[in-house]
Amino acid sequence: MRFLLLFSRQGKLRLQKWFTSMSDREKKKIIRDMTTMVLARQARSCNFLQWKDLKIIYKRYASLYFCLAVESQENELLALEIIHRYVELLDKYFGNVCELDIIFNFEKAYFILDEFLMGGEIQETSKQIVNRSIEASDMLQEVRFTDSPCVRREAGF
Amino acid sequence: MSPSVPLQEMIRAIRSARTQCEERGVIQRECATIRAQFRQADNEGRSHNLAKLLYVHMLGYPAHFGQMECVRMIASPRYSEKRVGYLGAMMLLDEKQDASLLITNSIKNDLANSNQYVQSLALCTLACMGSAEMCRDLAPEINRLLRASNSYIKKKAALCAVHIVRKVQDLGELFAPSARCLLTEKNHGVLHGAVVLITELCECNPESLERFRKTVPDLVQIMKGLVISGYSPDHDVAGISDPFLQVRKCEIMKLILTKIDTNAFNLIYVFTIQVATNTDSTKTVGNAVLYETVLTVLDIKSESGLRVLAVNILGRFLLNNDRNIRYIAMISLQKIVGTDHNAVQRHRGTIVDCLKDQDASVKRRALELSLALVSASNIRSMMKELLSFLSSCPPELRSQTASGIFIAAERYAPSQRWHIDTILHVLTTAGGDVRDETVPNLIQLITNTSELHCYTVHKLYRALHNDISQQPLVQVACWCIGEYGDLLLRGECQEMEPVQVTEDDVLDVLEAVLQSHMSSPSTRGFALTATMKLSTRITENVDRIRSIVSIYGSCIDVELQQRAVEYNALFKKYDHMRYSTEWLGQRFLVFVCSTFSAGLSPPICGFPQVCDLLDLLGGSEPPLQSSPALGSTAPLPVGTAGTAGGDLLDLLGGLEPTAIMTVLLSVFSVAPTVSVYDKDGVTVTLSCEKQSDSGLSITLTASNSTDSDIRGFTLQAAVPKVCISASNKILAVHLKSSFSFQVNLKMRLRISYTSQGSAVQDTVQVDSFPGLGH
Repeated sequence: MRFLLLFSRQGKLRLQKWFTSMSDREKKKIIRDMTTMVLARQARSCNFLQWKDLKIIYKRYASLYFCLAVESQENELLALEIIHRYVELLDKYFGNVCELDIIFNFEKAYFILDEFLMGGEIQETSKQIVNRSIEASDMLQEVRFTDSPCVRREAGF
Repeated sequence: MSPSVPLQEMIRAIRSARTQCEERGVIQRECATIRAQFRQADNEGRSHNLAKLLYVHMLGYPAHFGQMECVRMIASPRYSEKRVGYLGAMMLLDEKQDASLLITNSIKNDLANSNQYVQSLALCTLACMGSAEMCRDLAPEINRLLRASNSYIKKKAALCAVHIVRKVQDLGELFAPSARCLLTEKNHGVLHGAVVLITELCECNPESLERFRKTVPDLVQIMKGLVISGYSPDHDVAGISDPFLQVRKCEIMKLILTKIDTNAFNLIYVFTIQVATNTDSTKTVGNAVLYETVLTVLDIKSESGLRVLAVNILGRFLLNNDRNIRYIAMISLQKIVGTDHNAVQRHRGTIVDCLKDQDASVKRRALELSLALVSASNIRSMMKELLSFLSSCPPELRSQTASGIFIAAERYAPSQRWHIDTILHVLTTAGGDVRDETVPNLIQLITNTSELHCYTVHKLYRALHNDISQQPLVQVACWCIGEYGDLLLRGECQEMEPVQVTEDDVLDVLEAVLQSHMSSPSTRGFALTATMKLSTRITENVDRIRSIVSIYGSCIDVELQQRAVEYNALFKKYDHMRYSTEWLGQRFLVFVCSTFSAGLSPPICGFPQVCDLLDLLGGSEPPLQSSPALGSTAPLPVGTAGTAGGDLLDLLGGLEPTAIMTVLLSVFSVAPTVSVYDKDGVTVTLSCEKQSDSGLSITLTASNSTDSDIRGFTLQAAVPKVCISASNKILAVHLKSSFSFQVNLKMRLRISYTSQGSAVQDTVQVDSFPGLGH
């Protein structure tokens, strides 16, 4: 996988995850290209697009477009499944997720994504394990928050 | 110090801004606050601030001042701050930034942390943005973690290792043994990670393929387990147990087995079971696994039974209602159309139907596949479909369709007329989207089908009459009218209903093309040339042509101006001498057309250097040839006489240039010869041949039978000016016209050479020509 983008019907970016290293300018250009291409598609058309040498798989859930770019030898139908799995995870976590949840809690959306995908590959194929990890991390965050800070280690610079 | 606004309030504030300007204002204020707070040490709300900054970054505003804060927060002992810090690192830092190196040490420390969630943060960040140096530094740590007992960490470490191997391929060796051990795990996540790691190792290092070949049975075993064994609710997706893992396994099978020829009988068994279980699946996920299976089967060297099964599955996909499934079916079929052509042909009907689908992606795939499926047996029906598609297809596919149609027509045309009709149809429908070389190709095609000239010119005239906006069509039509205008004016045609076309009509059309805004300069060139050519073919409106041509003598376009001036000159200077000669002009024309693409080059080429040709450097039997190497044709256009003919012309005593002379000197087959000059071992013989009723070719052959070389041999020939009946008008440039000679031919030869140190010059008159019986 190369990148994952979430954007609204008006073209506003809600989440971006890049699995390869790119300059800021390239990223902005790609975001522009993707939003124009995907938003121009008609309602019941095919979910797959060809863009340069990548395959773009997009799916619309309510008011959000999920856009995933994969390399040419990867399985598109599986990419659709990946998108669906991510939406399910979000749904489970937020309880009937909607776009506002993702806007106001974007860092949590990222954390969930980081439990599901890593380095452009699927990390965990089981929904329950992912959910459990997220919950545990959140607990840890609460607990540690009230802890007194330990002696700080130098950050090495 | 103003209290920091928590993240959500800020987001609300930004969203409530009504204009872009207002939003920018809010963001600038917030950023200023954030910056101020970053400068302070120890602050409670640090993670909130960074989160706010990340939000602002996502909206597209610059956030680079947060990079150092990320570094600091990663080093913090608090988990919440670490979390946001790492998130910030993944978003703001990438391997090109120098600051990314600063976090290497933090990551190292966190990898050794006792808490697995801290470790996972570090692993995740490394896998996301680790640069090559960082990877090298931390690889041993990752390797250690691969052997840890915690499966949560193991799976993450495996994927981190994948990233490292992608960045620094040499480190693959380091991970190979650990990867092997991971395959024995039960945990699906770890298995998945292990399979990805092994795939990556095999891809980058072919030697590891050998090593991992032994793992094939293990992999097959695992797959069998997944497919056949019971229901695992954890990993189940719509009844398929862990499709993600299954697909991954297929991929690695594909990779290993394409490179190494192993007989994996078990694998085939597993595949067939997979196919059987997923046959009824209407869900995407079942189809996903099936699709992967099919791809694997087609990629590895499987036996033909299995291949047929795979193609049939793809055929079934084509009939599926879901567009996505049809799309991927067509992509896969495209890949195998080269090798399994017949198998794919069976599904041709469905594929052609997909051309009519609403969706642009599906249309594109269907077009490519249809073009690949065209063959001699189905050309007519396929072409009908493709032509109807062309008239309704989206603009971005037009030029691809047009060129595909041309290629197919060229390869499989059942008849010439059909071929021409098809090309004309394409030009009228999508003329603006065809490529440039179509015009010369079409001209060549028309030239070669001489029996259809009449039909073609009528059709083109009609098309031109209707619409002069499609440039390629206009160019071809103009050329055709110029070439075969006489056929057009004659009015009758066997293949079409007769239509009376007068000279004025034709000239009207050409003039319209010349004056239209839509015509490109090259099109105008075509039209001008055609007008000129018509002056030899029509009888009454020569003055009109003359006036048209002379207008363009002052045209801004240099090319047009040059042509117009030259044509004008033809009218003025050579009007009295309306020669014509028999050329094998058409082939020459085609040669010109095909070497000079769009925009016919000025058909008036310079004279070849006649003198050079006559300049013989010491030698034995040089036949007199005049022409550049244009195959066996040696026509030269009338036109600018150029400087080359100068010397020759002097002999003629002030006569006008006769390009015709050089043609006369061209080499054709020899007829009865007569010797016209014989002195001191130097002989010149002459032979004539009647080319046609009105053409004559004379060949002069010089030979040297002395012992020494002859230097500076020059032979010049002149015929007296002949009176020409003005039965045919002037030819203009490269085409057929007739040559009439009505007086007795006399020829005067002047021969000069140097032999054995002495210069010799002779003049000989030849009065009788053998073989000239008339």
